[in-house]
Amino acid sequence: MFVRLPDAAGDRVRIRLDGVEVEARAGDSVAAALLAAGRMSCRTTPVTGAARGPYCMMGICFECLVTIDGVPNQQACLTPVAPDMQIVTQRGARRP
Amino acid sequence: MSAPSFDVAIVGGGLVGASLAFGLRSIGAKLLVLDDGGTASPSRANFGLVWVQGKGERFAPYAHWTVESARAWPKLADELRRETGIDAALVQNGGVHACLSSLELDARARYFDRLFGQPGAARYEVALLDRDALSHRLPGLGAEVAGGSFCPLDGHCNPLRLLRGLHAAMAKAGVVHRQGDRVIAVEPLATRFRIVTASGSIDAERVVLAAGLGNARLARGIGVEVPVRPNKGQVLVLERVQPLLPLALDTIRQTDEGTILVGDSQEERGDDATSLPVLGAMARRAIATFPALARLNVLRGWAALRVMTPDGAPIYHASDAHPGAFVVNAHSGVTLAAAHAYRLAPAIAEGTLPGPLAPYRATRFDDVRAVA
Repeated sequence: MFVRLPDAAGDRVRIRLDGVEVEARAGDSVAAALLAAGRMSCRTTPVTGAARGPYCMMGICFECLVTIDGVPNQQACLTPVAPDMQIVTQRGARRP
Repeated sequence: MSAPSFDVAIVGGGLVGASLAFGLRSIGAKLLVLDDGGTASPSRANFGLVWVQGKGERFAPYAHWTVESARAWPKLADELRRETGIDAALVQNGGVHACLSSLELDARARYFDRLFGQPGAARYEVALLDRDALSHRLPGLGAEVAGGSFCPLDGHCNPLRLLRGLHAAMAKAGVVHRQGDRVIAVEPLATRFRIVTASGSIDAERVVLAAGLGNARLARGIGVEVPVRPNKGQVLVLERVQPLLPLALDTIRQTDEGTILVGDSQEERGDDATSLPVLGAMARRAIATFPALARLNVLRGWAALRVMTPDGAPIYHASDAHPGAFVVNAHSGVTLAAAHAYRLAPAIAEGTLPGPLAPYRATRFDDVRAVA
């Protein structure tokens, strides 16, 4: 479980995660916002259906893929949160 | 101290060398596979097609040889799965070459007329399909697609698992694999060969040069000129998606795990850097073929060097001056894996390459070079 540091700065930003309103901070990546909201897993894999969540937090592992504002397989750790952003977790392979 | 000694030493542990070692694993010989451990080889960067259509255009016997290998591939995949548990993910339900205009479709028809018109060219099954017939097999075609050619023998596999499976089977059969030891030279001695590596010397009764582009340098040691040149190919990797392509195309395929690969560029270059103009042209053509691909994210791209001969066909050469030395070069190491394991390896074990392999001698290029 991740907890924000007591001195964490940044304005509060409202995003929607699977349709539910979640609070993030300006400057969070989507992955950081997910973890801070207690979501360890954000998708299941296309091949075996195993759960995956943010891991490397720097753009190389491609584990943190989510659908952002309708575009699937976005790297959550490389995308900064924005007000009213729609994040949807993924199941298996995306539709082509 | 005398050099370690083997019955057969294969220089090169890529798909060609590993397929030969796989084919030789059960003959009871002491086998060695040497490779320099390079990971940027075409064996790791190829597109993964098991592909017949189009083969043999400038070299008729290659058509039959390729068909034979494609037909033997299921046996290879079965043996690898049984012996190692590794699934090479072979799918052979036919393959397509898409034509983006009626001009391209006409040219494709003439290409096959020319190919099958050659004396000695095996006639394999290829159907030229118009747009409607092709749409039946491949839904979602773009408006520009005029049709294409379909060959039921074609297919694809996971080439990394093929390589891993071959190596696992080799290890299980007791083949010695020395990785990271670069071969500097191969020298004929009176009754055997000496392989000089970065770390020492090894002796072998027989030596097979399967070192890809490295063969040009190494084969001189056994008196053979091998005119291979690099031909660069680039591959674009798109994200994994739900099943989209029921058949492989020669330029676009979906892997068993859902990834879409776009490939098959050809450049007469020897560097292995990706370049945006080429990747862009590949992407444009792929999108023209399947507009749905435009929505997919590109994950990465890579480039690698094919090992190309002047006529595009393999080299299978037994040295006259130094019996027991063989040279093997092929740019279709995936497609030909089965032929190399089940036909070429036994011939090497016998010590001579039989009649059907005679056309592949490296000396066929001597005249070409004399003219050039």
